[in-house]
Amino acid sequence: MNKKYQCPDCSYVYDEAKGVEHEGYPAGTKWKDLPEDFPCPDCFVREKPDFILID
Amino acid sequence: MTSLVDQLDATTASSNPAHHGKNNSKITAWINSKRYWYWLSLLLPSVPVISAYIAVQTGQGIWLWFTIIMMYAILPVADYIFGTDDANPDDDLVNKIKDERYYVYIMYCTTVMHWVALISMAYVVSQYDWSLLSMLGGALSAGVTNGLGLVAAHEMGHKVKDKTQSFCAKLILACSGYGHFCIEHNKGHHKDVATPEDPASSKFGESIYKFVKREIPGAYRRAWGIEQTRLNRQGKSEWSLDNEIIQTFLMTAVAYTLMLAYFGPIMIPFLAIASTYGWWQLTCANYVEHYGLLRQKKENGRYERCQPHHSWNSNHKVSNLVTLHLQRHSDHHAHPTRSYQVLRDYDDVPSLPSGYPTMFVLAMIPTAWRAVMDQKVVDWAGGDMNKVNIDPDQKEALFKRFHQPQVIKEAA
Repeated sequence: MNKKYQCPDCSYVYDEAKGVEHEGYPAGTKWKDLPEDFPCPDCFVREKPDFILID
Repeated sequence: MTSLVDQLDATTASSNPAHHGKNNSKITAWINSKRYWYWLSLLLPSVPVISAYIAVQTGQGIWLWFTIIMMYAILPVADYIFGTDDANPDDDLVNKIKDERYYVYIMYCTTVMHWVALISMAYVVSQYDWSLLSMLGGALSAGVTNGLGLVAAHEMGHKVKDKTQSFCAKLILACSGYGHFCIEHNKGHHKDVATPEDPASSKFGESIYKFVKREIPGAYRRAWGIEQTRLNRQGKSEWSLDNEIIQTFLMTAVAYTLMLAYFGPIMIPFLAIASTYGWWQLTCANYVEHYGLLRQKKENGRYERCQPHHSWNSNHKVSNLVTLHLQRHSDHHAHPTRSYQVLRDYDDVPSLPSGYPTMFVLAMIPTAWRAVMDQKVVDWAGGDMNKVNIDPDQKEALFKRFHQPQVIKEAA
């Protein structure tokens, strides 16, 4: 089951099913496998611990 | 989704944008009329084209200096005359205009105009008979225009989800060979802003001439490191065409080579001056935006999050239209992806006495800059120099002169 997490600043959504190819996290990359300092790939001013599980 | 963001905004009183004025309809009318004023960002890169044309028509090389005069004399005077604009759009208006494509189309037109400006000035400088001094004016004018181009590139470079805007940002960066800027700025500066580690945040006591030696190489190194890490994560080498720094530098290389081939060897000094002066404009912006301001370190060793009081702001009307509200810098750092037309003024944030054009002039005269700004930084820190991003080489002398333990004690 893929989960989605949202950036509380810019509302970017990290979808495990999609990953962030551009930043080097391929589709299917689980949230738990992202590094702790993973920044929001849109605004870059929030990091993994700040994200909110939405789905 | 916006409501989540707004709720979080509302939880931090200090980060609430100001709600100015009672007459909402008047404010709305002004903000609506600003949609036309933003065309100034297109008019400005037209200035070197028009003034170069006048120079050719009249045979007077002094016109090649006109863009410089506009930047350092006309804009400061206009800021003085027209004063400040603290109108903030209300939530309804924000929702209406924040994603309106109209504002993006202005940016696309501006992108084209920056290339037209650079090539026109290169053409006029190289193809007519001018004195060395006039040619220098032409190159510096192209440099000032390149600097303004970096403002437009900055705006579009933050819209990473929008492929066309990201591409246009690179196109403008290519004018001045500053292709690493968006990576450095989004992923580096925004993360480290107002800390001693940030090469793009100036320190208390540091003159702009000292700052630039740290800023330009530091920013470049940081950008390259960030891009290298990203590509390595993808399993690629940093020496590949997927490297976005290399992509943009290739655009510059192609354009500069063509100009050299068509316009002759004068392009070597012309482009060197036009590009480095564009970088210098960015250095000036970085210098004034966070001078001396420092984020505190938390117990876990991480810096506190960037707050509105970690940026210097200016509400001056004319320069804000020219710089796409870049001077509403607190809101920009609080919400880096927010579009220029909806950037807001905040109450109780550090304020510059004028807009960027005036402050750039001050920055270039270190004694004048320090006379105006040092006390503002000390006041911001409540007399506690431990809370200031201070130049380590002058730490002792600056503490002796500005540290006020008695004031801090009284405040406590």
